[in-house]
Amino acid sequence: MSDPLDSARAIAAAVRSGSVSATEVLEAHLAGIAAHGDAIAAFNHVMVDEARAAAAAVDAAVARGDDPGPLAGVPIALKDNLCTRGVPTTCSSKILEGWRPPYDATVVQRVLAAGAVPVGKTNLDEFAMGSSTEHSAFGPTRNPWDLERVPGGSSGGSAAAVAAGFAPIALGSDTGGSIRQPASLCGVVGVKPTYGLVSRYGLVAFASSLDQIGPFATTVSDAADLLGVIAGHDPLDSTSIPDAAADLGPAVAAGRNGDLAGVRVGVIAELDGDGIDADVRAQLDAAARAIEDAGGHVATTSVPAVTYGLSAYYLIAPAEASSNLARYDGVRYGNRVEGATTGEMMDATRTAGFGDEVKRRIMLGTYALSAGYYDAYYGKAQRVRTLMQRDFAEAYASFDVLLAPTAPTVAFPFGAKDDPPTMYLSDVCTIPSNLAGHPAMSVPFGAGQDGLPVGVQVLAPTLGESVMFRVAAALEAAAPLVGRAPHAAPPIGGVR
Amino acid sequence: MPTPISRDDVARVAQLARLTLTDDELDRFTGQLGAVLDHARDIEALDIDDVPPTAHPYPLVNVLRADEVGATLDRDEVLAQAPSAEDGRFRVPTILGQEP
Amino acid sequence: MSDQSATEAAYVVEGSEGDRWAIVVGLEVHVELATATKLFCACPNVFGDEPNTNVCPTCLGLPGSLPVLNRNAVELAMRIGRALRCTVEPSVFARKNYFYPDMPKDYQVSQYDKPINVDGELALPDGTVVGIERAHLEEDTGKNTHAGGGGRIHDADYSLIDYNRAGVPLVEIVSRPDIRTPDQARAYVAELRQLLVAIGASDARMEEASMRVDANVSVRPEGTTELGTRCEIKNLNSIRSLGRAIEYEARRQVDLLETGERVRQETRHWDEDGGRTRPGRSKEEAEDYRYFDEPDLVPVAPDEAWQAAVDANLPELPASRRARLAERAGRPTTDGGVALTVERDLDALAHAAMDAGGDPARVLTHVEHNVPVEAAGGLDPAQLADLVRLELDGALTATQAKTVLAEVIASGRPPADIAAERGFEAMDTSALEGTIDEIIAANPTEWDDYVHGDDARRGKLTGFFTGQVMKATKGQADGKVVNQLLGARRAAALAGE
Ligand SMILES: [Mg+2]
Ligand SMILES: [Zn+2]
Repeated sequence: MSDPLDSARAIAAAVRSGSVSATEVLEAHLAGIAAHGDAIAAFNHVMVDEARAAAAAVDAAVARGDDPGPLAGVPIALKDNLCTRGVPTTCSSKILEGWRPPYDATVVQRVLAAGAVPVGKTNLDEFAMGSSTEHSAFGPTRNPWDLERVPGGSSGGSAAAVAAGFAPIALGSDTGGSIRQPASLCGVVGVKPTYGLVSRYGLVAFASSLDQIGPFATTVSDAADLLGVIAGHDPLDSTSIPDAAADLGPAVAAGRNGDLAGVRVGVIAELDGDGIDADVRAQLDAAARAIEDAGGHVATTSVPAVTYGLSAYYLIAPAEASSNLARYDGVRYGNRVEGATTGEMMDATRTAGFGDEVKRRIMLGTYALSAGYYDAYYGKAQRVRTLMQRDFAEAYASFDVLLAPTAPTVAFPFGAKDDPPTMYLSDVCTIPSNLAGHPAMSVPFGAGQDGLPVGVQVLAPTLGESVMFRVAAALEAAAPLVGRAPHAAPPIGGVR
Repeated sequence: MPTPISRDDVARVAQLARLTLTDDELDRFTGQLGAVLDHARDIEALDIDDVPPTAHPYPLVNVLRADEVGATLDRDEVLAQAPSAEDGRFRVPTILGQEP
Repeated sequence: MSDQSATEAAYVVEGSEGDRWAIVVGLEVHVELATATKLFCACPNVFGDEPNTNVCPTCLGLPGSLPVLNRNAVELAMRIGRALRCTVEPSVFARKNYFYPDMPKDYQVSQYDKPINVDGELALPDGTVVGIERAHLEEDTGKNTHAGGGGRIHDADYSLIDYNRAGVPLVEIVSRPDIRTPDQARAYVAELRQLLVAIGASDARMEEASMRVDANVSVRPEGTTELGTRCEIKNLNSIRSLGRAIEYEARRQVDLLETGERVRQETRHWDEDGGRTRPGRSKEEAEDYRYFDEPDLVPVAPDEAWQAAVDANLPELPASRRARLAERAGRPTTDGGVALTVERDLDALAHAAMDAGGDPARVLTHVEHNVPVEAAGGLDPAQLADLVRLELDGALTATQAKTVLAEVIASGRPPADIAAERGFEAMDTSALEGTIDEIIAANPTEWDDYVHGDDARRGKLTGFFTGQVMKATKGQADGKVVNQLLGARRAAALAGE
């Protein structure tokens, strides 16, 4: 092992060629997890047995001369709200602790079929409700760049696992920024695809009309490869888009070559002002210049409705969540607290099983849907959603992609945003894409205060993944080097 | 525009959601929910009754499957995950109150 | 449409002071659709399997599972809608949120403000037209069994849940409050049942709970138009209990109102053994269901081609079949035998025999009385026509024809052969006349009664004399001829007085 194997693409190529075995790759990653895993606490459960079996299967396929798939032997971390058959799936909630689903999520089936090796289930804010991974029933995940700081959330475990080198790729879910914001805070690439591009079957629902599964990776091309594996129609998800997913390869190649000729990029004025830290804005400006250097046209544009995004989101997402989380009642699976009657049992189970943030959102959503309030809250928020789509459509009449910060700040210390409304502001830049159903991704671009990574966000219209990845690849190629996270496991392959 | 959420509202909502709150929690959650709803006043003020609501970000219609039998789960595997089971079924305490 | 279309009731509940109260009833009928699989998953839709064997992540409400709509369920819902003369509309599923352990997700997916079928009607055999407000799709719940204690919901120690039924497709058919008598309510359910079976939408068995009826009942002073406060009565397990429950509930409400109390809007449960309704939960303190559009499903908007195909494939409905059969056989549309024949699905056989030249009236009489449903498939309509022809030619008496028909059904052999084998031939009238005179002579008291008694008495004695003649002729006599001869002798006797 002498070539650098710190990208999924490099690993898959090496494994397919037989120059390294999937088992060797896995053991190197398991060693990294063993050495650094406790410090980061990225995993709720490390899937040692399943990973070894999967790696052995890949090696057997290679030995037979069969193609093990595009992710051959690539370790992958799975957010712990993706169902894995026979493997604990907790959503970082006490109420589901110990639950072993009898089925795999569609995305899990697809990455396994592509030869990926699942190394573990990653920590998250309970039921994906949060922006710091502090709201996990099993304790927080730490940011590999600074162990006193949050990794972001809710997919903080997946972002930290990739940043720490525990796996080159990971899957997360993004309801209001839960892939992009932790990607930004951990210095990795994170993608929220177009709503409906990736099947939600087997993703434990938070807010069904907003949830979307997407990749984390250290490189834009790895993210594109992983998205290529998980995207595409699934008959088990009624909201799955029937068309075949586009091949992102040519777009990524063009971007990496610094070719953004003719690409029109609009910087969202409403997300480039108050509430965004100066060092984040500075990197956004630098990114805009890099785009111009690559031949793109950059101008400021307005998407007025984004200022209503937070309000609409914090009505719609809790409303859907209040219904989605009703099923945790102690009857069929998960944990139960006994009671004299079924009603008392349900009350006791839910009261003991959910953390405060989940309870807050369930109650908020219940209120927003209740008789007499529906029109003023939920109904109104759904109309704002239409405004959001209209305003974006107007911007996309003049621009191919839009540019914005991913998060208003770099990674913040634990406990810094204890007050719920303050924490909710972490998602101000990411929420609009979820409400509109559009794709958006975060790409690391330089560092801010204390050398902490900053991400910039590329937004695109529905099914605009190609141009989004092209711009992201160009930004990656132009980004200032900030090095590897100080608390990461050493890279495997011996070269860095 | 609705009045600010009250302690009684929160108590009623908790009951609907099958959550039991202590007095302290009731106070705390009332304040926190009030703060979030206060933030939502910006959209309450919008005059958009003529704007249609969007329930699905990607408009699809008539997504249907053929009426063909597929795989079912193994009962033992399913019941092994149940907090309580008996006789091939899920067991729960006495059910009070009639089905709605 | 309510008051114009319904026949205003002869049914009244009398108050203590002689006040007269009319009842107003609307029915909500849930029917399980005859699909192969459940509404939102590919689990088998089968009654009576081992508990929790027809389950999957979706119908168990497992975290991460999603629904996908069954095309055939939509199709059957449309069939029901079109058979009830509804308009098919673009529809949307919503979630109805409430906690109940037999409901896997603790919400029910149902159509709420945008149902698939609206504004229809169902004509009852007596001509009453009951409006249909809507007929929408929704999913069924699982089944609780109460164990320990007395085994009922109130005194059970615990309950056991089987989710095989969870997710089975239902259509809920909501009538307008156009029903005015318990009989109409019964007729409505019977007619609806027949219609559902005829179009292949459901087996509609109340005893297997694949058809469930809830009744909304209110009362108001006779002649007034304002609707009273209604109660919803659940747990009606048969058409008989439906009628009883409405009668009981109307009486209960009248008694309340007459003593100056008010009727509380609530759900009540029919107690078959006690013959009474009991209160459930009051609607005034009812749940807040927090309906909202189901984000995991997309709208259903059947296009014109699909709707046209549904219309084209709809079979002739029972009402039209009854009318056609009645007219051909020369009976009133409301005739019980006509209704029974259609209900048994034997009208096609009757028509075929008529087409083969069988006298329509006699054919229908035989199909009504002498053709068992389970044997009907083996009967060649042409042979039934032949049989009727022999009968009308006087070669067979009615009784002989019945015997021969049974053998035709059993053996498939021609009626003429069977009649010949048995030595059947109708007695000639002259031979009969002698027999009748002998019998009259032997029973003078009865004869005097026959000649001078009232119609009812004479009816009875007709039976007596016919029986005697049959005994004397070993069943060979034609009952119709006997009747004619008795009538002629009576006329002669009266003329001679
Ligand atoms: Mg219903
Ligand atoms: Zn199922």
